[in-house]
Amino acid sequence: MPIAHSHASGMKGLRTAGDLVARMQCSKNMRLGEAKEYVAKKLGLDVLQLTDEHIMREVREELNIGVITSVTGKAKGLPAKANIEEVLGIKINGCERLLRGQLP
Amino acid sequence: MTTEYYTRMGDGRRVSQTREQIYEDLKTGAAIAADLAGISELSADEIDKMAEIIMDPSIFVSVERGREVALSMDGGTIRIDADQGNSGCGIPASRLIGLMTHERVFCQDTIELGHIDYSFKPVKPIVSHECQNMEVIQQNTIVPVFYGAMPNMGLYYTPDGPYANPSDLMREFKIDEAMESIDHSIEHLTRDMVWIMQKLMASGADGVNFDTSGAAGDGDFSATLQACEQLRSEFPDMYIEIGMAGESVLGMHGSVEYAGKTLAGLWPHEQAKLCAKAGSNLYGPAINTNTGKSFAWNLARAVTFTKAAVIESPIPVHVNMGMGVGGVPMLETPPIDAVTRANKAMVEIAGVDGI
Repeated sequence: MPIAHSHASGMKGLRTAGDLVARMQCSKNMRLGEAKEYVAKKLGLDVLQLTDEHIMREVREELNIGVITSVTGKAKGLPAKANIEEVLGIKINGCERLLRGQLP
Repeated sequence: MTTEYYTRMGDGRRVSQTREQIYEDLKTGAAIAADLAGISELSADEIDKMAEIIMDPSIFVSVERGREVALSMDGGTIRIDADQGNSGCGIPASRLIGLMTHERVFCQDTIELGHIDYSFKPVKPIVSHECQNMEVIQQNTIVPVFYGAMPNMGLYYTPDGPYANPSDLMREFKIDEAMESIDHSIEHLTRDMVWIMQKLMASGADGVNFDTSGAAGDGDFSATLQACEQLRSEFPDMYIEIGMAGESVLGMHGSVEYAGKTLAGLWPHEQAKLCAKAGSNLYGPAINTNTGKSFAWNLARAVTFTKAAVIESPIPVHVNMGMGVGGVPMLETPPIDAVTRANKAMVEIAGVDGI
């Protein structure tokens, strides 16, 4: 059923900008339209481009914020999330606790 | 000959209905929700739009380009391996693999870690194990990872918990004792949920999903709101989602209040405001499906409740659309034709921020 929901109406997560929009809803209580506009502005795109795989694949690789496939040498996990923090201007708890919090 | 359309009952059974029957069920379902909650009925245009969605000849329907929404989950990621009699696939795989599959294969916008029992109370003795899992998952995933569990206050009553069972006490007309037992359970459950989430936040969790809140009635919802408030105070940047158990909060206690508002009998548009006041970031209304009514009846009823909540909510609304809620038929493998129609109606008519 998650697949049906994802394909019927989801933003499709890492394939596009779904995780980024979700982060703005969760971290700043932004309603859907506001969250999409915020993310689009930060990425230098228009809102319709946020769910375009052809565009978002390149944008995500350039910004090193993680892509859906395993690309050798590209950021994954916490480093990718640290890059998302910078792009969106937010703090992510995992980066605070498990990345910066573990460094001297 | 009258044209009939392929549709469903609330239990997922295939039935055929005429255009007139579909319209009749849509209008009745919407009117019942509006009457119960004192909210606006759907407009004629909205009923027309919902009828069009239901009568679409395609198996799978989807939202218009640009109307995509963010998805959150409740327990979904443990369904790869979980097999406890409620929808698990039983594929031998770790929860990490389940989460990574949901992130990279099923393309979910957020995911969550959850205990196999999916209630907070059983997490207490194994919280260190959950924390270890959360750390490893945070190191390997990119989308937001919640810790998801149900408040499930029923586990605090005998024979499973330390407090007298209010249902038993009420049968004996011991009303004051029943209310006192609920009060004790609220305090205990709140303390447990806050303690567990303090540990998981230290392990890098993005936040918490209080799923199926209010399942044990107004006390259950009260504990959730209090835990939310305490966690928000301690973790200002934490992601908090409160998903509900049903469209109306059951008055097991009857007098429990939050912020001066009696919780018993609250409808989704009222629940949303209290969730926001407690500090939640997302609110998830749950509108239960009536298996004896048609898909059209259930969908119109669910969309009417949800639309009012979307309008009045100060925070994003992610409507519950699992098996048996949000217009989706009540069975473990709900037909995809019905799931996607419900999905499109919730996005394009109710205007939800997410699912």
